Amino acid sequence: MRASTAGWIFAGPALIVLGIFFGIPVVSALLLSLTDFDLYALSDMSNLRFVALGNYLELLQTPLFWKSLGNTAYFVVVGVPLSIAVSLGAALLLNAKAARLKGLFRTALFAPVVTTLVAVAVIWRYLFHTSYGLVNWALGHIGIAPVDWLGDPTWAMPTIILFAVWKNFGYNMVIFIAGLAAIPEDLYEAARIDGASRWKQFVHVTLPMLGPVLLVVAVITVSGYFQLFAEPYVMTRGDPLQSTVSVLYFMYEEGFMWWNLGRASAVAFLLFLIILGVTTLLLRFGRRRELV
Amino acid sequence: MRTGGLLLSLLVLAACMPRDERTVVRFWAMGREAEVVSELVREFERENPDIRVEIQQIPWTSAHEKLLTAFAADALPDICQLGNTWVPEFAVLGALEPLQSRVDASEVIDESDYFPGIWHTNVIDDTLLGVPWYVDTRLIFYRKDILAAAGVDRLPRTWQEWEAAMAAVKAHVGPDRYAVMLPLNEFEQLLSFGLQQDDPLLRDDGSRGNFSSPGFSRALAFYTNMFEQGWAPRMSETQISNVWDEFGRGFFSFYVSGPWNIREFRNRMPAELQDQWGTAPLPGPDGPGAGIAGGTSLVMFRDSPNKDASWKLMEFLSRPEIQQRFHAMIGNLPPRRSTWEFPQLRADPYAQAFRDQLERVEPTPQVLEWERIVQEMRLMSERVVRGGMAQQQALRELDARVDTLLEKRRWVREREVEADSAIAPSGRPQSSADQGAVDAR
Amino acid sequence: MSRVAIHREVGATRWSAWAVNGALVALAVVALAPLLWMLSVSFMPMGEASGFPPPLLPSAITFDNYQELFARAGMGRYFANSLMISAAITVGALLVNTMAGYAFAKLRFRGRDRLFQFLLAALVIPAQVAMLPLFLMMKGMGLVNSFGAVIIPALATVFGIFLVRQYARSIPDELLEAARIDGAGEMRIFFQIVLPMLKPVLVTLTIFTFMAAWNDFMWPLIVLTDQTNYTLPVALAALSREHIQDVEMMMAGAVVTVIPVLLLFLALQRYYIQGLLLGSVKG
Repeated sequence: MRASTAGWIFAGPALIVLGIFFGIPVVSALLLSLTDFDLYALSDMSNLRFVALGNYLELLQTPLFWKSLGNTAYFVVVGVPLSIAVSLGAALLLNAKAARLKGLFRTALFAPVVTTLVAVAVIWRYLFHTSYGLVNWALGHIGIAPVDWLGDPTWAMPTIILFAVWKNFGYNMVIFIAGLAAIPEDLYEAARIDGASRWKQFVHVTLPMLGPVLLVVAVITVSGYFQLFAEPYVMTRGDPLQSTVSVLYFMYEEGFMWWNLGRASAVAFLLFLIILGVTTLLLRFGRRRELV
Repeated sequence: MRTGGLLLSLLVLAACMPRDERTVVRFWAMGREAEVVSELVREFERENPDIRVEIQQIPWTSAHEKLLTAFAADALPDICQLGNTWVPEFAVLGALEPLQSRVDASEVIDESDYFPGIWHTNVIDDTLLGVPWYVDTRLIFYRKDILAAAGVDRLPRTWQEWEAAMAAVKAHVGPDRYAVMLPLNEFEQLLSFGLQQDDPLLRDDGSRGNFSSPGFSRALAFYTNMFEQGWAPRMSETQISNVWDEFGRGFFSFYVSGPWNIREFRNRMPAELQDQWGTAPLPGPDGPGAGIAGGTSLVMFRDSPNKDASWKLMEFLSRPEIQQRFHAMIGNLPPRRSTWEFPQLRADPYAQAFRDQLERVEPTPQVLEWERIVQEMRLMSERVVRGGMAQQQALRELDARVDTLLEKRRWVREREVEADSAIAPSGRPQSSADQGAVDAR
Repeated sequence: MSRVAIHREVGATRWSAWAVNGALVALAVVALAPLLWMLSVSFMPMGEASGFPPPLLPSAITFDNYQELFARAGMGRYFANSLMISAAITVGALLVNTMAGYAFAKLRFRGRDRLFQFLLAALVIPAQVAMLPLFLMMKGMGLVNSFGAVIIPALATVFGIFLVRQYARSIPDELLEAARIDGAGEMRIFFQIVLPMLKPVLVTLTIFTFMAAWNDFMWPLIVLTDQTNYTLPVALAALSREHIQDVEMMMAGAVVTVIPVLLLFLALQRYYIQGLLLGSVKG
């Protein structure tokens, strides 16, 4: 049938590009992860050995891998709720009837999302400079001693979390605004008539109605935050004391600094499995709560 | 008339079209060196009007990645500045052009004029693969006034004397200040002590760790003792706000650091302290000790299409007078003794200690995995100093870890030996004995 | 914007208005402050931003940093590279993704829905997994360090296909059937009937694709080895390591990198937001 072949012709280019430049590399990555491809192999392919799950087992015994996993988990566990809370808060503010100039505010709050990450990471690095950054100067005015934001192992990851939240809250905010707008006004009316306070309305009307949206946002944000890379790369290079080495940063170092492509591919796959696992759990949780 | 005009305009066009038939030498340099060398290169181009040099500047922080990526992509330049600890890596990759025959034929480059330890960093498996460009090592910067006030009248030349000096300084400055600064995020200090020992850092032809040897154990003990005695603070560099300010404040009186700090101290020390600091060679177990043979080399890549032109550039940059001008511009120390004879360097009191130290520098083991090994060494030392781990246990664990890192090297070597013994020699270079700290001083 | 809420006290209304708008202003300041600071510093004379206390406004507006950036650091070239690459990707991806999205929405072919679900599942795979082998593949093709290496893999994205499909589903089948009965070929139907109907989502896709291409960092970092081929984000990251002291010049670089997409967003934000919602909240 004409329509059927047309279908393949129209979808063809996209499928070819995806197949060749995404599908094949992904499968190759899986195969690479089963070898010990490194500099020796790069110079002479006969130095390549098949090690099956050797890379994976070795990784699970590598302290830096676990540290990177811990750092990334820290980033996700603190960053995701914070990001969602700020986005939701901003959405609630913009959705409030008392809000003025909504369009203008929405644009302003969304602006960080579209900016180039590398550029704003560079800006952030200067703003948070220990000696002449604006942040420490402002804190000094309220009596707080200068904090070594990016040099102190305790503060480096929180600074990155703060940065990620600032950069991305606009994205989820827009989704929440749409979700909030979809909540029927009568539900609020009914609650008000029953004497519910603003807070009770929020907990018993808004949150439940936002359930599905919250789930989508959570899944997107969690899966995105697990892929933390550019921020450590530009702002800290994993320092201080490897407290900002994320799993992908670790993979980048293994793959492009040391050229252990076998191990690096194994790291990438492990990360994929972790993200898959966590998002599956989230979706299952959502299903149980009948959010999906 | 029309055809004449057409012909004329074509000729004019042909004459005006820029034709660059000069050979292009692509040169990758890192950091400040790239900025500075471009000025020197103008002169080279004037001397060699048929050669044009294209310099690409690469930040140090991503140089290693860029070079390896370029190798993987067959996109390496003609010549490049290469940290000499990276030379073994690129040697294994087979990326570097052997230079011995060129050096032998050269009138500019005289092997005997170079500091031997530095020269040897470029000799991998008996093949010369690079020419030293500038050198780097670590030695002591110290506060003359504090030492004098503490009663230290002679600069220490042995470990024992140094320990006595540090004790005296510590007693003098009190509990809130220290005698020596050994940042825990740096490995060079412990590595220097390790290179001062007779035992090599790796054994069995660089295929197994040798950190549990008596030699390195002594080095670790000496290093750790400085913290235990309270002479050195358990800090990394990021925990001090500004190392130059602190040196000026007398927070510490001995600092093991490199040549760039000559310039920095000159620029940053307050006027009244300008003649109160100095440099001195590293003390060793029984006398002036060895140091790290650091620095960078100029290397030529095997796949370069312009080897002769590149070699001319390498010779140019190796001329003593050019090296001296390079030093004047950027402060990097030259690798040739004759360059040190120039008045500016001879008269520089701070540089003289480096001149002395450079006669006793030792290369680090020339294995591809060295970068990782030295990082593991540093982590181990931090565990001992900060974490309180027992030294012997830490050293054994380090050796186990290093053995794992070197496993592939052992396997590749075994295969080479098998291949070479099975058939006629394939021409692949055999490994030579590990170079670290074996030669008599 | 009418105040319809029924409150017991007028005071409460005014207070809540102040609270809400005050909070919004505060949030907007937090969101915009770094960007405004970036703009301000880019016009400061060299060395001023590292002073203490840190200045908020330039003492004298100077264009030196921009001059330095374009003359010495070669920003003009990086800008051109970014522009060329982003434009090429946008045009190409627009065609490829739209055709595919339409096909998945309206054209019947064997295994269509199964295939689409498979593609959706692929969204979970982080792009970085593919980067290492893709690099080796590019090396094999001789494409490393070329614009092609950046452009070609970006020509098709699952997100783009998904977006177009979502929107294309609303095209009435009868319209297409009628055209087919009239004897029009599939290509003609696509270009003359479908594309005009897809205009809003095409604008959205253009913005998304251009922005993503412009802001892309990791892959160009890996595959563009020669400095002359760098795109803006990669060049900025490299510059920031070299010129860590030159705050003013770095900020000028940041401005040059950020302004184009910011302006694009401001001009077409309606479409951008629409597309975001279309793609994220299952319709």
